[in-house]
Amino acid sequence: MSLVFAGVCSHAPGITGRSERADPALRDGFYAALDRMRQGLEDARPDALIVIAAEHFANFFMNNMPAICVGMAEHYEGPIEDEAWLRIKRRRIPGAPALSRALIQEVMSDIDLAYAEEWKFDHGIMVPLHFLTPRYDLPVIPVNINCQGPPLIPPKRAYEFGRSLRRACEARPERIALIGTGGISHWPATPDSGRINERWDREFLERFLANRREELIAYRDDETWRDAGQGGFEIRTFIAVAGATEGCTGDLWFYAPIPIFAVGCTVAVMSLSAAAR
Amino acid sequence: MSLYYTQKLLYQLNRDAALRRRLQSDLEALLAESELTDEERRAIREPDIGLLYVMGVNGQILMHYAALRGYEWNAYLEAMREGERRYGPVRTGLYTRAEGR
Repeated sequence: MSLVFAGVCSHAPGITGRSERADPALRDGFYAALDRMRQGLEDARPDALIVIAAEHFANFFMNNMPAICVGMAEHYEGPIEDEAWLRIKRRRIPGAPALSRALIQEVMSDIDLAYAEEWKFDHGIMVPLHFLTPRYDLPVIPVNINCQGPPLIPPKRAYEFGRSLRRACEARPERIALIGTGGISHWPATPDSGRINERWDREFLERFLANRREELIAYRDDETWRDAGQGGFEIRTFIAVAGATEGCTGDLWFYAPIPIFAVGCTVAVMSLSAAAR
Repeated sequence: MSLYYTQKLLYQLNRDAALRRRLQSDLEALLAESELTDEERRAIREPDIGLLYVMGVNGQILMHYAALRGYEWNAYLEAMREGERRYGPVRTGLYTRAEGR
């Protein structure tokens, strides 16, 4: 069956935790785009949702950091953060262990992966789920690409991982949705929190939406760090979605810098070709 | 310099409720269990969020430790700025200032 839905969206703790401090017009527009994405996701009738995220030291630390890790648990728990701080109530989220295992096995033909049967979701996954699966009834398969603690995989490998994931999904009967979630340029958790390089973001989004592989894999971390901050390393999550939807282009449903959310808030959905579905 | 163990203790505090209880009841013993310098122990104990930032603690770890220790968002950002003013630029890691930034 392969992918029935694919897109990307932002995550950030401020999106839920500091919502009242954002420009209401921008915030409401962003929330509306996320809700449109929820509707699109539901209309695609997925059996499971893969979330490619960039977690922030909730599960993985520098003592044993996987480059890419895929969840294989019966269920997950989140948020790991304080509920009042994030304004998302802690809960259990169903997993899809058999599907996870099959996908991991298949992807391992191309890419070395770690897997985890235990995973506490942080805001990087919980904020998207809060908007996209508000009933928390859709089985989720979390994927983490290390974007926090260098050395990191180069963008080329993120694209290849996406390609491989797509091939693995095509071998399965389930209807599978895919969301990548990360920031583009941003300087989160620094004194410069709220700084956003809109020009850099729009150039990245142009490359991403056109799915121009060569331009996406050309990003170098030293330049990204200089122009887009350490948060810019999270473009790997978007690039993996581009790899999973190679040959398809995307539509931008929302983009606006919202400084109190510390990120250029983005919602984009790929137009999956008939061949891909 | 044991930045790795400073970050590891904060990472563990952020995700382990039992360890967080020891933060309240048994902090000195907890600090003694890790390979930390006196400066690192002091920064964790007080806490001195600005100094932890300048030491190079990853911001994603520090953000949650600051929240755990009761820092409101603006106070947390200001504490990092104060750290740079007081202790100088970030010493190592991802948060060292880029030229012209």
